[in-house]
Amino acid sequence: MGPRGEFASRPHLWVCAGDLMSATPELETKGLLRWMWRQLTSMRIALILLLTLGLAAIPGSIFPQRSQNPMKVQEFFTNNPQLAIWMDRVKLFDVYSSPWFSAVYLLLFISLIGCVLPRTFQHLKALRSKPPLTPKYLDRMEFYTPVAEPKAKSLDIAEAWLKKRKFRIRRDVDSISAEKGYLRETGNLLFHLSLILILVAVGVGALYGSKGEAILNVGERFINTPTSYDNLSFGKFQSEGSLDPFSLVIADFQAKYDPATNAPTDYSLQVKLANPVGSKEVTKTIKVNSPLTLGSTKIYLQANGYSPVVTVRDRTGKLIFHGAVPFLPQDGNLTSSGAIKIPDMTPQVGFVSTFLPTADRTASRGAFSSYPEVLDPRLLFSAWKGNLGLDSGVPQSVYRINTSKMVRIGLKALELGQSYDFGTGTITFDGWKSWVNLQIVDDPGKMYALLGALLAILGLISSLFTRQRRIWVKQADGIELAGLAKNALPGVKQEIEELAKELKG
Amino acid sequence: MAFIAYSMEMAFSVKNVEGQKKTDFDFARTENSGRLGSLMTLLAFLLLTGGVAFRALSAHRVPWGNMYEFSITGAWALSGGFLFGIIKYRLRWLGVPVTFVSLLTLGTAVTVLYRPSAPLVPALKSTWLAIHVSAAIISGGVFLLANAVAGTYLILDTIESKGPRPAWAAKIPSLEALDQLSYRLVAFVFPLWTFAVIAGAIWAESAWGRYWGWDPKETWAFITWVAYAAYLHARVTIGWRGRRAAWLCLFAGSTFLFNYVYVNIWGTGRHTYSGL
Repeated sequence: MGPRGEFASRPHLWVCAGDLMSATPELETKGLLRWMWRQLTSMRIALILLLTLGLAAIPGSIFPQRSQNPMKVQEFFTNNPQLAIWMDRVKLFDVYSSPWFSAVYLLLFISLIGCVLPRTFQHLKALRSKPPLTPKYLDRMEFYTPVAEPKAKSLDIAEAWLKKRKFRIRRDVDSISAEKGYLRETGNLLFHLSLILILVAVGVGALYGSKGEAILNVGERFINTPTSYDNLSFGKFQSEGSLDPFSLVIADFQAKYDPATNAPTDYSLQVKLANPVGSKEVTKTIKVNSPLTLGSTKIYLQANGYSPVVTVRDRTGKLIFHGAVPFLPQDGNLTSSGAIKIPDMTPQVGFVSTFLPTADRTASRGAFSSYPEVLDPRLLFSAWKGNLGLDSGVPQSVYRINTSKMVRIGLKALELGQSYDFGTGTITFDGWKSWVNLQIVDDPGKMYALLGALLAILGLISSLFTRQRRIWVKQADGIELAGLAKNALPGVKQEIEELAKELKG
Repeated sequence: MAFIAYSMEMAFSVKNVEGQKKTDFDFARTENSGRLGSLMTLLAFLLLTGGVAFRALSAHRVPWGNMYEFSITGAWALSGGFLFGIIKYRLRWLGVPVTFVSLLTLGTAVTVLYRPSAPLVPALKSTWLAIHVSAAIISGGVFLLANAVAGTYLILDTIESKGPRPAWAAKIPSLEALDQLSYRLVAFVFPLWTFAVIAGAIWAESAWGRYWGWDPKETWAFITWVAYAAYLHARVTIGWRGRRAAWLCLFAGSTFLFNYVYVNIWGTGRHTYSGL
């Protein structure tokens, strides 16, 4: 930033404390610290930080992020192992929680606070005091207009004129200094302070919130304790005991599709809610855009799919497994893939499976689903025996089977009610259920973020659309007028012309 | 359906005519062809209004469910805004770039992005669709307009540094006025863009369980916001004017375009719905 003089010649510019200081560092430590602080709170550095923040956000939109899609990150690791390790070291898969991204926005906010707080105090002072003194030589100012033969008592007339237009007025013996549009700075400060509020709200949400997901088949009961979740994360200052003590039963789930495009048109979930656990159950509906709200906790319907129901018996006919196994949808017609794992047999058995809600087949594609509703279901699988590797200690996906220590024993497509004999037992395709993925979020910072956002807009509008200007009237030989438009909005010229007309004798 | 395609075709063919007329160098005839151009834009605007309205009727919802619909609505808003500009600010000199942009938008809309009208996927069924998307479309239109002005500034600045203005540019305002105009457009629409982002966050909270999640679309909306914030600061605090400011304006505008094109077509985030 240039020296002081440059600002004197551009009085309409907004500046920060740091902008007005000398740019050369002083040599002692204290001086150096002060110099660094001034640099940080200068507009130039703030601007550089702002642009850097924008650039720093880009990689997160290009590379897969753990916070959004951990599966994609896994995939990236499998495809580019060498590169991925290196990228992971510089947090390219966790951009928005990385030290470098945090550093940029924290520095930006420190710079912002360092700039905005002193200005807030200045502004509060200015609100309680009169406009600054009239400059000595008005002919050096903008919109300089001399009025040669003014009316008598011109200053009084000008004062009344300015007062009527709600200017703040400093009346001296031979001059008037008037200012209007303080709302511009008020709005500007409100906007920046609101940004701080939003940042604090985000922090509160991260520290005191919780967020978890659970996949539930229709008919299942969910009790809000940590063990019921498939994954659950807490803020630093939040503990397991803080979960709201409710329970719900997945009563019914309906998905409607458009027959022309196969696209979904409506998802509707009915739950029987008991809040707290054990109290009388009430039926509630959850839809994609209308979550169930319980205090600061909200329950969202995030995803859905099919769980084929199978029964596995051993050679003697003894029941080994019966239940609905959630499969992951692979396409718009809900071709779903998953794994049926039977660890309680020797040797262990696993079925790498695909569920087709409406089976179809072409020579080129093989079997696929042609409609997302269940009209003609099939269960396709390859059967494996050996070691499922469940007690190796390495966490496994429930949708996949590690077949490295297994041998394939057969391939089969089952229609509803059909069975398959895999040698050591049988598997029967009994039916299907829908599953829903519920996301349960507690974010106590949310309301503050919303408040901050609304105040920010209010501040922005008043700072960008308020005209802040000064008008000076000076008694010399005649009357001299001049003005200063603090932002680029027009209108000061007309005001001064009008006032000049008013004062003309 | 056919009517919509037809009205689209009409709309952009007349725009094409106007584009050619406006670059007519013959000074005596320009006034007339300029008027004809404005008239054609008005006709195109009315046809587009019909097109967008019929799309809404045939789909029984606001016509903002996919990229084809955003594009035709965007072109409609741009032409509407431009007509307003002609009446209020004598913006007719912007005719060539503006009609070129809407022609391009409509062209891609009808050829590449066209999809038959269909009901909305459940995630889009919300009153926030109308609020969030309309705010985003209007902001986008004004950002593009500001870009057109900044681009004109840069071209004319280069030309003027080599000699006097050629005849075809005689009606375009001075460089200072262009500089000021692009700033005004951005300053005017920046709060609306902020609102579009916030409305999106409120909607995301009710649909996806979080108000901000760094989805690619959100990230780029944020980048656009930051870039325009930087542009406004550069002008208001350190006094950038002229070429530097125009380049920064173009950069900020291109982040918006990138968001629209890249994230919708090649992106993987939650803003990509089936079939664009």
